[in-house]
Amino acid sequence: MSTVQTTQAGLDARDARPEAGTPPGPRDDGRGGDAALRRLLHDPLALGAMGYVALVVVVGVFAPLIAPNSPNFVDLSQANAAPFSDGDFLLGGDSSGRDVLSRLLWATRGTLVACVIVLVVSTVVGVVGGLLAGYFRGRTEVVASWIADAIMALPGIVLLIALYSVIGPSIPTAMAVFGVLIAPANYRLVRAVVAQVRGELYIDAAKVSGLSDLRIVFRHVLTAVRAPILIQSGYVLAAGIGIQAGLEFLGLGNPSVPSWGGVLEQAFSAIYLNPQGVVAPAVLVSLTTLAFVLLGNALRDALQGSGRRRAATADRVAEARAARAARPSPSTAPEAEALVTVRGLAIGYPDGESDVRAVVDGVDLCVHRGEIHGLVGESGSGKSQTAFAMLGLLPKDATVLGGAVLFDGADLLADPRAMRRARGTRIAYVPQEPMSNLDPTITIGRQLTLGLRAVKRMSKDQARTHLLGLLGRVGIADPEAVFAMYPHQISGGMAQRVLITGAIAGDPELIVADEPTTALDVTVQADVLALLRELRDERGLGMLLVTHDLGVVADICDTVSVMRHGTIVEHQEVRALFAAPEHPYTRELLSSALDPEEA
Amino acid sequence: MTTTDHGPLLRVEDLVVEYRSGRLRAPKRVIDDVSLEIAPGETLGLVGESGSGKTTIGRAVLGLAPVTSGRILLDGTQISGLRRRERRDRARGVQAIFQDPYSSLNPSMSIADILAEPIREGTPASRRERVRELLDAVGLPADAGRRRAREFSGGQRQRIAIARALALRPRLIICDEPTSALDMSTQTRVLGLLRDIQARTDVSYLFISHDLGVVRAMSDRTAVLLGGRVVEEGTAEQIARDPRHPYSRRLQMATPVADPVLQARRREERATLLREQARSAAA
Repeated sequence: MSTVQTTQAGLDARDARPEAGTPPGPRDDGRGGDAALRRLLHDPLALGAMGYVALVVVVGVFAPLIAPNSPNFVDLSQANAAPFSDGDFLLGGDSSGRDVLSRLLWATRGTLVACVIVLVVSTVVGVVGGLLAGYFRGRTEVVASWIADAIMALPGIVLLIALYSVIGPSIPTAMAVFGVLIAPANYRLVRAVVAQVRGELYIDAAKVSGLSDLRIVFRHVLTAVRAPILIQSGYVLAAGIGIQAGLEFLGLGNPSVPSWGGVLEQAFSAIYLNPQGVVAPAVLVSLTTLAFVLLGNALRDALQGSGRRRAATADRVAEARAARAARPSPSTAPEAEALVTVRGLAIGYPDGESDVRAVVDGVDLCVHRGEIHGLVGESGSGKSQTAFAMLGLLPKDATVLGGAVLFDGADLLADPRAMRRARGTRIAYVPQEPMSNLDPTITIGRQLTLGLRAVKRMSKDQARTHLLGLLGRVGIADPEAVFAMYPHQISGGMAQRVLITGAIAGDPELIVADEPTTALDVTVQADVLALLRELRDERGLGMLLVTHDLGVVADICDTVSVMRHGTIVEHQEVRALFAAPEHPYTRELLSSALDPEEA
Repeated sequence: MTTTDHGPLLRVEDLVVEYRSGRLRAPKRVIDDVSLEIAPGETLGLVGESGSGKTTIGRAVLGLAPVTSGRILLDGTQISGLRRRERRDRARGVQAIFQDPYSSLNPSMSIADILAEPIREGTPASRRERVRELLDAVGLPADAGRRRAREFSGGQRQRIAIARALALRPRLIICDEPTSALDMSTQTRVLGLLRDIQARTDVSYLFISHDLGVVRAMSDRTAVLLGGRVVEEGTAEQIARDPRHPYSRRLQMATPVADPVLQARRREERATLLREQARSAAA
């Protein structure tokens, strides 16, 4: 087995997690409004940022009532007074003797209005453009993207300064222009989301039920872009504050209206007379920018659920392990003559904040040399988790709660070094999705060679000769040609043969195959099953075959374990199982098989 | 069901679907001259492997794939090549159930909203009543309407998708691999539900699947697709037991039987068949 496959297998294992235990993925999450709000309110940083923004808004609205003085009230004795000096002005005075605190408070309103302008303009322009381009594609998208690229290429600040000569000292107009300038960021975001949503089947379903394009865009597409746009808004507001203060600092604002940037500029020009004067406006601008950025981050975490899934707390795991250990333990001795013996295997996943839920709960099974052992069950039964545990490929948040995998005298679960030694050489893996288990960027020959040389001491040429021989053996007509191909150039059935080659290249004794034919067409499936059977016969391989398909079981397995809710409910030789199933669940399963020929 | 009295419900005539991948390259022909008919209350199974074009035929009937030439008629009225608005009036009798119950329901909408969406006539109260009827028809509790898709299992989601397809009281439902993402026991229940609905409403199905067993269980007639062409068409019984076309036979022999004894025999028959076919191909 190649190293490339190992990481991929990890991903697959995550996909194969039982449905009920899986926290909703990021995409689902973005739309669970209540849960997101709850998460937001549990985040202290978010609460702080929201509190601060709320304070700023209140101050902006009620500035005339709160501010101790009018912004233009002059007390010459306070000119360039330092903050917290003895004068009447708490934050000191500017060079004209005006009250800095009052001017900052009054300026809040202008800042907020400017922010709202940036936000509204950039959102409306970006979202409408992105929706149209993403939904209709074709010419609309070409034109819209061209315009967006052109706008992005413009140097923003320079343009705004140049604009001053045309529009004069009007911050609202300048901010509207700035809104247009940063709209492409929204446009690209929305277009990308829409392009993805467009392929979803529920859009097709909406078309089939006769909804007009406009309704589809508003009801189905717009809801999908809501979350990313909301997150982006925090950053847009932060950028807006910065740009606005910058313009005012450069003196491009209306000098008769107080502004944060203006106060900062005045303090800066008097910095030798009153060095502390710059602190208050600078802190205000920085804090407000910071609050919006933090709010954006918190929204992203809450809506997209990043970093939310925590591993179960260590003491919970310990508790669950202890509870399991207290039970009368099954024998830990390996089955006589068995190639691999699994004893009392239990695997848990974090459930909620601090609980552990067992998805595999005391599984015993063994595979002999030359035996194909079917592990059958429905989704969520824990069959794939059992297989992944045997390979040491469980996802990160899974915990082994107990049990042993005994292979050649060692417990692979307890001894990671034994697991590493066995994996790839003595235990190999054939995955479910052949295509996603091949690296698309390197040739098939190279990835097979990499995998083989990682576990066997061999020269490149030796590896190549060995692998070409095996490729021919697994039924690939022109091994040399396939060796030089990239994965996208071969079919799914061929890809599975390549992966089987990789699996047998290290000369293993045991193969763990997870639904190896589920992704294949039936005619290809029949060939791949035949190949696995031949390889078993030639090499005396033991095989654990995880599947949900009773036809596959009947075709290839010698013995069968039926799994349900994390435990094995029945274990029998295959003919006996089909002829006389003992457990009611096995009977139910068998009765649901649809025979292609018998009605 | 017979087609003699009123003619077929759906008629696909000489359908060709081509996709262009560039101005200079030759278009790729995905569906090559396919003709099909479905009578009222009948189920036509469409079976084939990946790339056979079975899904594309369904999408063409639904107006989701471009029809390069040929015609699609519903009750004698052409429904291919229509604009969306015209289609809305003429083709609302054709609805669909898609393969993936996870992506076919909008995760941000409540089930009630999803079901009410296609319904345009009536008051809000009558629409609510209809949603309750639909949930009841697919065996879901009335309070399911308040919840969202992610709270349901795959089988329940597929029931919701069936309820949505029923909302407009269709005469034909395109079922595109409706159970291939489901567990076996869930599959049995969903197929049973589809049969019940057919018995109750006399709706017709175009039932698309790669699984001969499922097609056999659901269809009255079956068409076998290979490379965008129908290579064989017959009663479901005949296609399942005694297919004539070499490809249909390969398909039959490759489908495993859930019985180790029969399957061992089947394997040998398949080996013989493949040898014979190789010999006759060489000759």
